[in-house]
Amino acid sequence: MFGKSEKAAELAADVTDFNAIRGRSLFRDAMDRFLRNKAAMASVVVLLLIIAFVLFGPLFAQYSNEEIDWARMGDIKGMGAPSLETGHYFGLDELGRDLFARTIQATRTSLLVGLIGAGMALIVGTAWGVIAGYYGGRLDSVMMRFVDIMLAIPLTLILILILVIAGRNFVTLFVALGAVSWLTMSRIVRGQTLTLKTREFIEAARAGGVSETGIIFRHILPNLIGVVIVYASLLVPEMILAESFISFLGLGISEPMTSLGRLIAEGAGTMNYGTLWQLLFPLFFYVTIIITMFFIGDGLRDALDPKDR
Amino acid sequence: MLAYVVRRLLVAIPTILLLVIASFFLMHTAPGGPFTSERPLPPAVLANIQAQYGLDQPLWKQLWDYLYNIVVHFDFGPSFVQKDRSVNDIIARGFPISLTYGTLSFLAASLVGVALGIAAAIRHNTWLDYFAVSLGIAAQALPNFIMGPILILTFTLWLGLLPGGGWNGGQWEYLIMPVIALSTSYMGNIARITRSSMLEILNSNFIRTARAKGLPTRSIIWRHAMKPTLLPVVSYLGPVFVYVLTGSVFVDLYFSTGGLGQSYVSSALTRDYAVLLGVTILYGALTVVVNLLTDLAYAWFDPKIRY
Repeated sequence: MFGKSEKAAELAADVTDFNAIRGRSLFRDAMDRFLRNKAAMASVVVLLLIIAFVLFGPLFAQYSNEEIDWARMGDIKGMGAPSLETGHYFGLDELGRDLFARTIQATRTSLLVGLIGAGMALIVGTAWGVIAGYYGGRLDSVMMRFVDIMLAIPLTLILILILVIAGRNFVTLFVALGAVSWLTMSRIVRGQTLTLKTREFIEAARAGGVSETGIIFRHILPNLIGVVIVYASLLVPEMILAESFISFLGLGISEPMTSLGRLIAEGAGTMNYGTLWQLLFPLFFYVTIIITMFFIGDGLRDALDPKDR
Repeated sequence: MLAYVVRRLLVAIPTILLLVIASFFLMHTAPGGPFTSERPLPPAVLANIQAQYGLDQPLWKQLWDYLYNIVVHFDFGPSFVQKDRSVNDIIARGFPISLTYGTLSFLAASLVGVALGIAAAIRHNTWLDYFAVSLGIAAQALPNFIMGPILILTFTLWLGLLPGGGWNGGQWEYLIMPVIALSTSYMGNIARITRSSMLEILNSNFIRTARAKGLPTRSIIWRHAMKPTLLPVVSYLGPVFVYVLTGSVFVDLYFSTGGLGQSYVSSALTRDYAVLLGVTILYGALTVVVNLLTDLAYAWFDPKIRY
């Protein structure tokens, strides 16, 4: 019966043929959709240019962001205008510092604030939401009630409060942004976890003896990635906005560090004196970053969450 | 419905209470305070001042007194920095101003936003639609603190049409720019939400049925499409109100309206905890109330929601 048979050999050859067409993964699909989205791709390019500007701009800067150009600071309107000759490509700010270097520094701060704020929201919010959603019961209601209460308070005011109390520096700023940004994220994640929890494959995993942590890390979290990424990408501009708002009020990070909100505030303060470039350069970078982030977030949502279209 | 309202109110009270307690402890554990200056005060003087404001009492006693005074006398205590004024005075002076243009901005944002969104959806793919879409995108990048300088630059410095700041008893010239600055970005967002919601509704089966049985377009839109379209908009109005509150902090400062936001920022800078605490509590309580109202409006708009 187990003798040599041509048929069996053929079958075996078929089975061991690894050249069969591979299935398309969901990730690959999403990737393709994103690459086809023109607005999102253009935004990615523009954002990369801005990042390149932040990374390589300092190589071209003739002055540091703290250095005061004593020779020109007396007549900023006349001698401090943007020009290639003086080396102040973006002109001088009101104290005679090179606006090019300061804009680079501010853009870097704002980008960092956006990324780190959204990143903290991502980590804390996901952890909070998954734990509340997965374990459910009393733990869930306590955790979510806490989120409800926090959400009922104007977050910018909390941000101001934290910065005033804990002091104005980089670390507090990031901690404060993280502290206020994760709430909505945790709600979204919890909702998703609740629906995932009752699905068959989770039940199967449990029946197969996978541990609780195993289920969370191997089965729940991977299924959350889409939603989490979309929401985090929409959070980035929100964080940049919040930081700029606070810096505009003069409550954000302090000199010599600066952020786009701070520069816009300074430019807005001096626009009466005919030094409009002090407002327009930071404003341009700010608006560009926000709009590109918005399009990228939108593109990601279309790509990762097809049912929403 | 009534039971739901009562239950929500019962949750709102501990929420506000928790807010008060948390902010109270946060402020009192912070190092430094309104009385720390570059030249330290003699200990005896400092002790006297602290006794004056009750700061020498144990913390729980201070909290109790604070809560007691708020609940029984509606008294938020004296300002630590502005010597002869109480927090109540400061709020009574600034809040009506912030509330006036805040309400106007809120109304402008929701009414114009909804109208624009609906018009854009009905006239899909016309210039009106494109205008609404671009406003929706621009709104992302034009928050109040960007709009403020742009407005002043255009209307005050270049055209010389409007006063650059001040309040002057709330004359309309002084109201225009704060309202535009505060409402534009939310107007754009509301228009965007309304538009996409309306487009979705107009493509749904029950609208097709209404069309098929020959109803005129006007009554389809007003009688059938309106309510479901507004559902997501209504749930966005609560957050908008909160944004308007915090945004008013900027408007007060930038347009020097004399509103509450000015006191908030200056008290944050001078560490006048009494004022900071009072304003935070006021805004927090307002937010809780508005969220409650939003949820009730939501229930009215969507009969499927049961409590």
